[in-house]
Amino acid sequence: MDVLGAFALLLAFLAAVYAFVAGIAGIVTKRPLLTRSARNAGMAVFFLVLVAVGTLEFLFFTDNFSLAYVAEHSNRALPGFYKFAALWSGQEGSLLWWSFLLSTYVFFVLFLNRKKHPELMPWVGVITAGVQIFFLTLNNFVSNPFHILGSMNAAGVMHVAAVADGRGLNPLLQYYEMVIHPPMLYLGYTGFTIPFAFALAALLGRYPGEKWIHITRRWTMIAWCFQSVGILLGAHWAYAVLGWGGYWAWDPVENASLLPWITGTAFLHSVMMQEKRGMMKVWNVWLVFVTFMLCILGTFLTRSGVISSVHAFAQSSIGNWFLVFLGIILAVCIFAYSKNRDYLRSDNQLDSLVSRESSFLFNNLVLLAACFAVLWGTLFPVISEWFTGNKISVGPPFFNKVNVPIALFLLLLTGVGPLLAWRKTSTDALRRNFALPLAGGILAGIVAAVFGFRDFYSLICLILGVFVTLTIGSEFYRGARVIASRDGTNLLTAVGELTMRNTRRYGGYIIHFGMVLVFIGIAGQPFKQDIQKEMSIGDRINIGPYSILCQNFDQVSNGNYQADRATLEVFEDGKSVMMLYPEHRLYLASQVTETMVAIESAPLRDLYVVFAGKSPETGRPVIHAYLNPLVKFIWFGGIVVVLGTALALMPNKRLALALRAVEQPTWQGQEVARAISPVSTKASRDD
Amino acid sequence: MKANTKFVVGSAIILVTLTLLAYVGYTQSKTYYHTISELSKLPASQLHQRMRVSGNVEDGSIQHLESSVNFVLVEQGKQLPVSYVGRDPLPDTFKDGAQALVEGRLMPDGRFSADQVQSKCASKYQATPGSAGAMPSGQSHNLTAEPAGPAS
Repeated sequence: MDVLGAFALLLAFLAAVYAFVAGIAGIVTKRPLLTRSARNAGMAVFFLVLVAVGTLEFLFFTDNFSLAYVAEHSNRALPGFYKFAALWSGQEGSLLWWSFLLSTYVFFVLFLNRKKHPELMPWVGVITAGVQIFFLTLNNFVSNPFHILGSMNAAGVMHVAAVADGRGLNPLLQYYEMVIHPPMLYLGYTGFTIPFAFALAALLGRYPGEKWIHITRRWTMIAWCFQSVGILLGAHWAYAVLGWGGYWAWDPVENASLLPWITGTAFLHSVMMQEKRGMMKVWNVWLVFVTFMLCILGTFLTRSGVISSVHAFAQSSIGNWFLVFLGIILAVCIFAYSKNRDYLRSDNQLDSLVSRESSFLFNNLVLLAACFAVLWGTLFPVISEWFTGNKISVGPPFFNKVNVPIALFLLLLTGVGPLLAWRKTSTDALRRNFALPLAGGILAGIVAAVFGFRDFYSLICLILGVFVTLTIGSEFYRGARVIASRDGTNLLTAVGELTMRNTRRYGGYIIHFGMVLVFIGIAGQPFKQDIQKEMSIGDRINIGPYSILCQNFDQVSNGNYQADRATLEVFEDGKSVMMLYPEHRLYLASQVTETMVAIESAPLRDLYVVFAGKSPETGRPVIHAYLNPLVKFIWFGGIVVVLGTALALMPNKRLALALRAVEQPTWQGQEVARAISPVSTKASRDD
Repeated sequence: MKANTKFVVGSAIILVTLTLLAYVGYTQSKTYYHTISELSKLPASQLHQRMRVSGNVEDGSIQHLESSVNFVLVEQGKQLPVSYVGRDPLPDTFKDGAQALVEGRLMPDGRFSADQVQSKCASKYQATPGSAGAMPSGQSHNLTAEPAGPAS
C-alpha cells in the first residue's frame, strides 16, 4: 500500500512539473492544445495527491506500524476519529495535507474556469503549478510520509521492521476540534495561493480590465473565511485544552496564522477602492503578494525552529527550503511588478479626508501597522540577535500595547466607513447618520460602567461596539423600510429581501457585526478572576457568584489513558446548579499527562475549572478555577462572521434571476461559473 | 490643505503614536535569553534584567519548600541555583534530568528567581501557561523531529 501512495505522490510531482512546463510552452507558442494539456495535468495532480492521502489514511486505519509516520503518530487504542486526524499531526503528513488542499483549490479553479478567461487562465495554471512543484518536492524528496521502518541488508534488500504498537498521537491534539482546526487553517493558508496566482497572472499577462480583481476578491474571501475559522478554532482549542484559562498568547505560531489574515483583511477592503474608483492598484497587487508570502513565511517560522528556539521546539532543516521558495516568490513578484508597472496606473486621486476612500486608506494603514508590529515582535529574537548579539524576546504587553488601540480604531472605522459617501461626505450627513448610534453607544457605556465594567479600553470597546451595531442596524432598517412600504410586506420580510438583493453589502455588515461580537468578547478579558487551591473532599472554593464544593476524587481509565478525576458540585446563590468533572490524564502510549478542563459556558461568563495536578508535598489535588467573562461572544462572533461571508459570496437575487433567463438556453456549466464573476461585477455597482 | 496632505499628517500622527506605544510595550516585556555560561560574563547593567535561561535539572536537586521550589539547572558543567516562586503547579514533565526553561530574574545572591518554568522530557514538550501555539503542527513537530529517546 505504501508503495502505491509513494508512487502516486511521485506522479503528482511529475504532473505538476508537466503542467508548469507545458503551460509556459503553451503561452509562448500560443498553441491551445498545449495549454489544454497543461490544464489537464494541473487537474490530475489533485487525483494523484488524493490517492496518496487516501493511502496514508488507509495505513493509519489498518494500524500499519511498519510505516514510520504511522508508528510515530498513532497507536492501536487510538479512537478512529483521531486516527483520521493523525494524518496531519506531524511534519510529513501536514505537508502532504498542504499539497492536498492546494491541489483541491487548483482543481476547482481550473475546472470552473476551463471555458473562461482564455488569456488569464494559462498563466494561473502555470503559477499554481509552480507552487505545487515546491510542495510536492518537499513531499517526495525532503519529508516523505511513506518512509518505511527497516533497514537494507548487504544485498540491498529491504527488511521491514514493524513495531508492535505506535507511539500514539500527541495528547494535546486528542480533542475533537483538532480534527477540524488544521484543515480549516490550512484551507486558509493554501487558499491564499489562488488570489496570488490570479494577481500575478494578470500582472504578468497584462490582462486587460478589472475582471481579475473580482475573481481574486471572491477567492480571497473564501480563503479569508477559512483562515478566520482556523484562527478562532485554534484559540478555542488553546482555551479548552491547554488549561491556562486564556485563548491567545501571542505565541509565534499563533502570530504566524494571524499575519496573512491581517493583510487579507486589508486587501478585501482596499480592493473596493480599485473596483469603484480605479485607485490603489499597485497597493492591491502587493497586498495579495504579501499575503501569500506571509503564508509561506508563517510555515517557515513554525517549521524551521528559527523563532521557537526560545520555546524549545525542535529544529529542522526543512526551513531552508521555505526560505529559498520565499526568495523565489519575492524575485518573481518584483520582476513582474517592475516589468509591468505602467499597467497599474491609478485613475483617481483622493478628494477629501471625510470620504469612503480615506476610511479605507486609514483601515489599510492601521492593518498594515498591526501586521508589521506582530511580525516585528515575532521576529524580534532573531533581529535582536543579529544586531546586538543578544536574543531578546518580547511578550504580550508589547503586542497588546500596539494592537489594542489599532483594533479599537478599526472598530470605529467599521461603524463610520460604510456610511461615508464616496469622494466627500458633508458634515450634515455625518450628523444625521451618526448622532443616534453614538448617543446609544455612550449610553451603553455609562450603564456598563455603573455595573462595574470599568476598564478604559474595555469601556471604549463596548461603546464603539454598540455604536457600530446601531449603525449596522440603522442601515438594515432604512433599506428595509423603503422595500416594505413599496411592496407592502412586513419589515422582517423586507430585511430578508434587502439582504438578498445586495448580498455583498449586507453580508459585509453581518461580518462586521460578527467582529463586534468577537471584540466585545475580548473586552471581557480584564475582568477575569482566578483562584487556585489544594482541595480535600468537602472543601470549597468561592469565585464570583459560584461556590465549588469538592464531592469526590476518583480514577477513570481506558486503553488510551488513565485519569485522575475530580467531581465538583457548583453552587450559585446557595443553590446547586451543576456538576463539573475536570480530569488530569496520563496518556499511555506517549506517557504524557494532560489536563481535561471542565468548562461551564454561560452567555456572560465561563466557569473554567482545571485539575492542575497533585501537590508534591501533600499529594492532595490542586484545583484551579477561573471566571472568564464574555468569552462565549468570541466563538459566537466567529459563527456570525462565517455566516456573513457565506452570504456575501452568494449571488444577488434579482440579478441572478435576470441572468438565469439569459443563460438557460446556453450552456449548463456556466450556471456554476456564473457565481464567480459577472454577478459580482454588476453587484459592485449597486453598493 | 489638500486631502492628500491631511491624510499624510493623519497617518504620521497615528504611526508615531503606535511607535511610542510599541516602545513602551517593548521596555515592559523584553526578555533576554541567556545560557548559564553567559551569565557570569554579563555586564552588571544586564545582569538583573528579566531573562530566560535553559538547562537540565540536576538529579536530586529538587527541593519542595514552604514558599518555593528550589532546584539546580546545569548546562555544560555550569550550575545555576533556581527558586521557583510562581503560582502554577510545576509541569508533570519537570523532574530530575528534564530540560527546563526558566523565566525570571537573577537575584543579587546569584540565585535565579523564576516565576515561570517550562520543561520538556526526552522527547516531549509540555506547555505551561501561554507557551503553546494555536496550530498543532508546531507542537507535534517535536514528536516528529526527535528520535525516540528513553521515556522520561
